[in-house]
Amino acid sequence: MSLILRRLAGVLATLLAASFVIFAAVYAAPGDPAVFLAGGRDKLTPERLAQVRSEYHLDEPLFVQYGRWLWDCLHLDLGRSFKYSDQVADLVAARFPTTLQLVLYATALFVVLGVGAGILAAVKRSTWVDSAVVGATTLAASVPSFVAAIALVSFFGVRLGWFPVTGSGSGFFGTVRHLTLPALSLALGALAIVSRVTRQAMADAAASDHVEAARASGVPERDIVRRHVLRNALGPIVTMCGLVMAGMLAGTVVVETAFGLSGIGSLLVGAINTHDFPVAQAVLLLMVTGYIVVTTLVDAVHPLLDPRVKGAAR
Amino acid sequence: MTAALLDVADLTLRIPGAARPLLDSVSLSVAPGEVVALVGESGSGKSTTAKAALGLFPPGSTASGSVRFDGTEVLGLTGERLRAHRAGSVAMVHQDPRAALNPVRRVGDFLVERGASRSEAVELLASVGLPHPERRIRQRPHELSGGMLQRVVIAGALAAGPRLLLADEATSALDVTTQADILALLRELRAEHGLGLLFITHDLHLAAAYCDRVYVMYAGRVVESRTAEALFAAPAHPYTRGLLACSPTLGTHAPLHPIPGRPPSLADTHQGCPFVTRCDQASPSCETWQPEPLPLPDGGTASCIKDGVTHA
Amino acid sequence: MTAIETPALSVPVRVRGRRPVGVLVAGTILALVVMAAVCAPLLAPYAPDTIDLSSSLVGTGREHLLGTDSSGQDLLSRALYGARSSLIAPLALLAVAAVLGVTLGVLAAWRGGWVDAVVSRLTDVMYAFPGLLFTVLIIAVFGAGMTTSVLALGLAFTPTIAKYTRSLALSEARKPYVDAYRVQGMGGVRICTWHVVPNLARAILGYLVVLFGEALMSLATLSYLGFGAQPPSSDWGLMVQEGQAAIVQGAMLPALVPGTAIALVVVCFNVVGVWAADRLGRQ
Repeated sequence: MSLILRRLAGVLATLLAASFVIFAAVYAAPGDPAVFLAGGRDKLTPERLAQVRSEYHLDEPLFVQYGRWLWDCLHLDLGRSFKYSDQVADLVAARFPTTLQLVLYATALFVVLGVGAGILAAVKRSTWVDSAVVGATTLAASVPSFVAAIALVSFFGVRLGWFPVTGSGSGFFGTVRHLTLPALSLALGALAIVSRVTRQAMADAAASDHVEAARASGVPERDIVRRHVLRNALGPIVTMCGLVMAGMLAGTVVVETAFGLSGIGSLLVGAINTHDFPVAQAVLLLMVTGYIVVTTLVDAVHPLLDPRVKGAAR
Repeated sequence: MTAALLDVADLTLRIPGAARPLLDSVSLSVAPGEVVALVGESGSGKSTTAKAALGLFPPGSTASGSVRFDGTEVLGLTGERLRAHRAGSVAMVHQDPRAALNPVRRVGDFLVERGASRSEAVELLASVGLPHPERRIRQRPHELSGGMLQRVVIAGALAAGPRLLLADEATSALDVTTQADILALLRELRAEHGLGLLFITHDLHLAAAYCDRVYVMYAGRVVESRTAEALFAAPAHPYTRGLLACSPTLGTHAPLHPIPGRPPSLADTHQGCPFVTRCDQASPSCETWQPEPLPLPDGGTASCIKDGVTHA
Repeated sequence: MTAIETPALSVPVRVRGRRPVGVLVAGTILALVVMAAVCAPLLAPYAPDTIDLSSSLVGTGREHLLGTDSSGQDLLSRALYGARSSLIAPLALLAVAAVLGVTLGVLAAWRGGWVDAVVSRLTDVMYAFPGLLFTVLIIAVFGAGMTTSVLALGLAFTPTIAKYTRSLALSEARKPYVDAYRVQGMGGVRICTWHVVPNLARAILGYLVVLFGEALMSLATLSYLGFGAQPPSSDWGLMVQEGQAAIVQGAMLPALVPGTAIALVVVCFNVVGVWAADRLGRQ
């Protein structure tokens, strides 16, 4: 119990520190923070400057300001966008579903393809299949996602015309069709690490005595691979898949821009290009929080897959 | 003598990179209902020999000679026939039951995987003397004690109705009272099912007390093969004598005499008798003599040319 | 002799292939790319910023070997000049990260205690930002541009290098020669700068080669997003962004030429990097 509490405290401390960095970054900018927060000097009016000063309580000490900002964030009051003059929370909420769909689709792809390739490499260890899997996934990891995106668009979108080139589509099949190429670009880079971890975890599990004992008892090879090797390798595999999925929130910044998808990733890029700092701040906070929460959940799931860990923690 | 259940003849096993063969011309047999001991230090090849009965060899190794089970050549089995052989006729009880069971799966899964149905699994656990078998099959290995787990492993070995049981140091990891229980259980099961039992141990006293016949192995060879009484009464090979002299027995206060030196590793090459460097009776001819089992008057064999050892 | 079946999965023996052929090919390609970058003015048929709207989006041909982009600029010339910034910028980034990371890492290992704790807490906070988000935050504050991108990414790469250096320095500091110098009255700073760091240099250099591919990818990504190189630069990432619009019109070369260049160089660096880290890591 105290272990869970301690871990929770650690997560909260990291979250607080990261949110403070996001909040306080504005003070690192040269010049008056109010001018910066108002989106630069060019469109500055005294009213807007006053509005920014009151909204951000810029006259008070830094930590008080941070406390107020955090309190507001916890109440989903993320301030107002300067570009759209909408509530930031509404902007983010409207775009979040697309990003979530993209991440989930990409996760499904890399789990199926990456774990599948890893299993194949492990079962066909030290054969040409193994080398081909390692080679192909390493190659895929060397291609930046935006290059993968334009290559996929050029070939499957324009040359073959199988998939739409931009937009996020409507309805289930429309969404899937529109998000296939973006999700694939996002997933490609993850294949190498996921397949490698799968392959190694399975090799480690295969070296256990109980696998040889099962083989000595004439348990069919299929069952050995499935019920002993893969089952016992699940811990590292699930952990790695969770970590990669958490990291993909950040990857959407590039892929959404490349495909013109209207999610929070492209919202962040737009916000930076238009000096819309409240929006950038909110999206960064959301992405960092999502990342920390997902990685913590992955940690929490691990004992459920391995009764030995659970037994030791009791 | 009835037809042997397991008949290993002249089995030699080589792996690349090793200076000497893992097994060198090993011959042994086990008849139905017979309890046979295979004794030796670690690295002597006793486990390797037992695993050969399952058609299980170290990776990369090449074997020559023959391993026959009930007339079938095990060395020639591959694929589905090899799997069926391992699943049906021969079963192994491992040294460390905790390592032999998959820690993340339930006890019941272990038994079902080895051919028992759910209801048979409960009966099997009861037959090996495990209390509350209905509850046990839903438990995971880490919830059971070592002695209980070894009973589970034995139940798993019996699940497919084998005819030969290989017990590889099956009691070494257990405490003394549990050890006695498991030994009694194995004997009982052997009598009940008419099983052949190949009992692998490093404890020569235990082997002589528990088994009908004993094979003593050293550096991949069988150096002596006798009935238990004959071996205990008059050990023929100097190594066997050394083994008996270096373990304490109850009621006597005779000083212990460890065998000097250490057994040759796979990297050591030697000509002649492999025991020559540790033997207190070695003569120059021992260094060139190629060891082979020589018959003893009582029907056993010993691989030693010293005077007074063999008379044939 | 009976051949023994070796069951799949039971052999954890990993044949450590040194793939000298792959490393040789990758190394040759990299050498050619570096040569091309150095000799760009000699090799390029056109100046990279010659705008000729009359020959916009021309395909491959004798006039333009790799065609032109929408402003009629010769793609081969741009790609050749682009190799310069695309290769030098990651180098600068790694230099920044190496100076900061090695200093912090050695400091944390040498001083231990609260210094170590502070460095590792800082590292934790930076690791809470996945992918490029920490860099993006800095760019959000200081504005886009190549210098900002290089410095920001240098900062983002620092914890990784600091962590690696710290682990190396910890074991180095335990070696007897360090005690010997201490007994002679040599100061900690001097032992570190004159002996510890030079002894770690090979291993750290190997690690930097491994990181180069990732550094190049990250910078190209920033340029692609419009945060890094600014027009009229011929940086590859920026070229992809500029060329992307033409894809829908069926002209794929403007985006694919620089895109392929990035992927090729990163692949080669990853191949050479693994080999170099292996060679240089061994003392």
